[in-house]
Amino acid sequence: MIWFAAALLGFAAIAWGFRFAGQVATGRAPYFRDMTFGVAYGYIFAVAALVWLVWAYLQGRSPDPAVANKFFFLRIAVEGFIVFAIGAWLFRLLGRNVGTKGTKRLFRSMPLTASFGIMMILIYVFVAVFASFLAPYGQAEIIRGVPANIMPGGDIALGGNPDFPLGTDQIGRDILSRLIYGAQNTVGIAFATTVIAFALGGSMGFLAATLGGWLDQLLSRIVDVLMAIPSLIFALLLMTIASVWAPRLGIPQTYFMILIIAVIDSTRVYRLSRAVGQSIVVMDYIEAAKLRGEGMGYLMFKEILPNATAPLLAEFGLRFCFVFLTIASLSFLGVGIQPPLADWGTMVRDLGGFVNFAQFAPMVATPPLLAAGAIALAGRGGQFRGGLDAAPVFGVEGLT
Amino acid sequence: MTQAPDTTPLVKIRDIRIDGRSDETWLPIIKGVNLTLQRGQVLGLIGESGAGKSTLGLAAMGYTRDGVRISGGSVEFDGIDLLTASAAVKRDLLGKRIAYVAQSAAASFNPAHRLIDQHVEAPVQHGIAGRKDSAEDGIALYRKLRLPNPEEIGFRYPHQVSGGQLQRAMTAMAMSCRPDLIIFDEPTTALDVTTQIEVLSAIRDIVAQYNTAAIYITHDLAVVAQMADRIKVLLRGEEIETADTRTMLTAPVQDYTKSLWAVRSFERPAKPAVQTGAVPLVSVRNVDAAYGKEKVLHDVSFDIHAGRTVAVVGESGSGKSTTARCITGLLPPMAGQILFDGAPLPPDYRKRSKDQLRQIQMIYQMADTALNPRMSVGQIIARPVQFYLGLTGKAKRQRVDALLNQIELDPAEYYNRLPSELSGGQKQRIGIARALAAEPRFIICDEVTSALDQLVAEGILRLLARLQDELSLSYMFITHDLATVRAIADEVVVMKDGYVVEQGPKAEMFSPPHHAYTDLLLSSVPEMDPDWLTNLLVERGVDNIGDAAVNEL
Repeated sequence: MIWFAAALLGFAAIAWGFRFAGQVATGRAPYFRDMTFGVAYGYIFAVAALVWLVWAYLQGRSPDPAVANKFFFLRIAVEGFIVFAIGAWLFRLLGRNVGTKGTKRLFRSMPLTASFGIMMILIYVFVAVFASFLAPYGQAEIIRGVPANIMPGGDIALGGNPDFPLGTDQIGRDILSRLIYGAQNTVGIAFATTVIAFALGGSMGFLAATLGGWLDQLLSRIVDVLMAIPSLIFALLLMTIASVWAPRLGIPQTYFMILIIAVIDSTRVYRLSRAVGQSIVVMDYIEAAKLRGEGMGYLMFKEILPNATAPLLAEFGLRFCFVFLTIASLSFLGVGIQPPLADWGTMVRDLGGFVNFAQFAPMVATPPLLAAGAIALAGRGGQFRGGLDAAPVFGVEGLT
Repeated sequence: MTQAPDTTPLVKIRDIRIDGRSDETWLPIIKGVNLTLQRGQVLGLIGESGAGKSTLGLAAMGYTRDGVRISGGSVEFDGIDLLTASAAVKRDLLGKRIAYVAQSAAASFNPAHRLIDQHVEAPVQHGIAGRKDSAEDGIALYRKLRLPNPEEIGFRYPHQVSGGQLQRAMTAMAMSCRPDLIIFDEPTTALDVTTQIEVLSAIRDIVAQYNTAAIYITHDLAVVAQMADRIKVLLRGEEIETADTRTMLTAPVQDYTKSLWAVRSFERPAKPAVQTGAVPLVSVRNVDAAYGKEKVLHDVSFDIHAGRTVAVVGESGSGKSTTARCITGLLPPMAGQILFDGAPLPPDYRKRSKDQLRQIQMIYQMADTALNPRMSVGQIIARPVQFYLGLTGKAKRQRVDALLNQIELDPAEYYNRLPSELSGGQKQRIGIARALAAEPRFIICDEVTSALDQLVAEGILRLLARLQDELSLSYMFITHDLATVRAIADEVVVMKDGYVVEQGPKAEMFSPPHHAYTDLLLSSVPEMDPDWLTNLLVERGVDNIGDAAVNEL
C-alpha cells in the first residue's frame, strides 16, 4: 500500500518534470505551455501501465512453464488485441479505398473501435451464414473412435490431436464445429428477437407519442410495471412456465424464448422511441401533415420513422448485445437454447469446470473461455457498432 | 457619442482569415477582414446570416467555435496578440476585460442558479471583488439598467423574469468586471419591439457611462443606427464598406449597401375598398379559446375577404398564433365560430372534410421545422398534390414542376434536394409551394419572414404578393414586424393579451388617432434616423417606453 502511494507520488514528480522538459525542449509550444498537470499525469500513468503490460507479456513468453502459465491468458489477450487492432486498421483502410463515395466517407470519419465493431459483426454474420460449410463436423455429431476431452492446441505430446485443433468436449464432439454452429444459433436467435422487440416497442412508442392521452398513459404504465421486474429473473420465471407449456402445445421452447425476451426488451425500445417520437411530433411538418388530413400510418411510418432512424439504429446495436447476453445467460442456466443444439452459453456451462485448471494447464481451461470470449466479443462488437451509429449521424445522412 | 480620438486602438484585427470545417474540407468563412476599434467606441457589424458577423465578433476575443479555425491574420487586444497568447493569459482577459452578451439570454443563464449568484461569479473568480461587494455592485448596475425592483430581482431565477429583463441582467453581468470591450451578438433580435427599445436605451446608456468599447452585431439596420458610432457591412466573409453611422446612412457607397437600405421601400398599392355586403372568405366570430384552464382569446372577431391580406399584429403572447390555431382547427374554440365562405367550419380539424382542409393552408415561421428533413423537395410538394388532387406518375411530376417554377426555383436543380441543402429563403419558398400544391383559397402566414434576412424577406413578400394577384388568394399575415405590415397588408388587426385592440384598413391604422397601444407599438419600431432613439426618449420620457408603458395601459 505504501509502495503504491509512493509510486503515485513518484508519477506526480515525473509528470511535472515531463511537462517542464517538454516546455523547454519545444520552446514553449502552445501544446506544452497550456498543458494542465492532470494531462501530464495521465501521460506518465499511461506509460507506467504500458511498461507493466510489456513486462507481464514477456513473463508470459518465459521459457519456464511455471512462470509462463501464470501469464498465459494475458499473453493471449495482448497478442489477440494486437492482431485485432491490425485487422481493424486494415479493414478500415479497405473501406476507405473500396466502395461508393458514401461508404468511403463513412470509413474516413470512423474511429478504429467502430471499424473493429463492424469487422466483428461481418465475421460473425459470415460464420453464422456459412456454418454448415465451415464446420468440419456436425454440431451434435459424436465422432466415432475419438476420445472425449481431447486437449485443445493439437499438440500430441500434451494429449492433443491435430484433427481437432480446439479439442473435443466431454462426450466427444468437436468443439470448433460447435463454436461455429453456436454462432448460427445464438446470433440468429438474438437477431430475430431484437427485430421483434423493435417492431413491437417501436410502433407502440410512436403510437403513444403521436396520440398521447389515455393510450400513452396505459402503455407507459404497463411498460413501467414490466421494467420494474428484474429482467433476467422475470425471463427465467416465464421460461420455466414455458418449459411446461411447450411440450403440451407442441411448439419448440425456443419460440417461447424469442417471444419472452422480445417482449421484455421491447419495453426499453418503447421508452426510447416514445421519447424520440415526442420530440418529432411537435415539429411543424407533423402539424402540416395532420392538417392535411393524413392518417396515423402515414404519420408514423412516413413522417416520424425516417427522422428517428439514427437513434433507433444505435439502440438496435446495443439492444442486440443485451438480448444476446440474455440468451447466453438463459442457456447457461439451462432454460435457453436446448441441447443438442450448440450454443455458447450451454458450452460455457458444460465445460466451465475446466477453468479451475487454468493456472497449471492453461490449455485445458481454453474451451469454456473460448465460448465465453466469443460471447464477450459479440457484445463488444455490437456496442462499438452502436457507438458508431450515434456519432456521425450527419455523415450517414449523406448515404440516404 | 463621438469620442476624442485615441492613438492606440483597443482592438486591432488585421487581415483575419477564418475557416469552417464542412464536408471534410476547410471552407473560408472570413476572407481577410480588418477591424480597428478605439476605446469607448461602438462598432456595428451588419450583414446577412452567414456573412460571418458572429464569427468575426468571437474572433475579436481570440475565440472560435468548434469546427472553426483562424488560419491567418492577427488579433490584438490592447497590444496583446490573442492568437498566440497562452491559455493563462486569455483566461485573465476573457470575462474580465472582454465580455460577451449572447442573443438568447434565456439560453445563456444557467436555470439552476439565481441571477445574482451568476453575476458575482466573474468578479470573484478573477479576484476583482469579494462576493458581497460585487453583489452590491450588481444591484447598482440593475438600477442603472432600469430593471424593476433592483434590490430583489437578483434573487430570482432566470425563468422568473421576462426576456427583456433577462437581457438587461445579462448586460449587467457582462459589466460586472467593468470590461474594456463588450461584444453584443444580436442582443435584441428575439425581443418584442416595445421590449427591445428598453434594452437598447439601457445598453446605450451604460456603455456610454463606463466608456466601454463595444462590437454590436445585428442584421437590423435601424437598430444599429441607434447604437453604433461606426458601421461595418459584411457580405459572405468580406468587408463591403465601413463608415461613420451618419455617413453610412446618408451616403452609402457600395451597391450592396444601397440595396440593403432600399429594402424597406417595398409597398403594395392599396386595393379598392371591399363592397359592403360581400360575404367574407373567412370570418372569425366572437371566438374564445383556452389552453387548459388558461383563457388566451377573448371575444376575437374579424373578417378576411377574398383576395385580401389581413395582418394580425401584436407582441408575443398576444394570441395571434392561437387565433390561427383556432382557424385551422388545431385548437377548437370554447365559444364562437369560424365561418368559411359563410358556412361554419367544424371546430376540430379531425371533423373537417378533405376539401375543407384543402382550402386552408399554412406557411410556418421556421422553415427548418416545417419541412421534413428526410424528404426531398419533390416528395414534400408532391404529397399534397397526390393526397388532394389524386395525381400520380407523370401528371404529378408536371404539377410539382409547375409549382417549383411558380416559386421561382428551377425544377431540374431542386427536385431531388433535401431541405438541408437549401438556404433559408429557398426553404421558405418550398413551404409556400407545399401550401400552393393544395390549391387553397386561404393561406395563413405565421411570421414567415421573421427568421429571414431583409433582402431575402423582401423577395418572399414580393413572391407572396405576386401569387395573391395571380391566384386571388387571401392571406392572414401574422407578424410583429410593422415594416412587413406596411409592405403587404390591406387591413390590420392589432391584438394584445388575447383581445382585438383595434382593426381597420392599413391607411387608417398608420395615421393618428390611434389606440394607445397601437401608438406605443408604432412608436417603438426603430427608424433609420440615428437620432430616433434620443428624440423618442426626450419626447416620451424614459419611463414611458417598453414594458413599463405597456403595463400602464
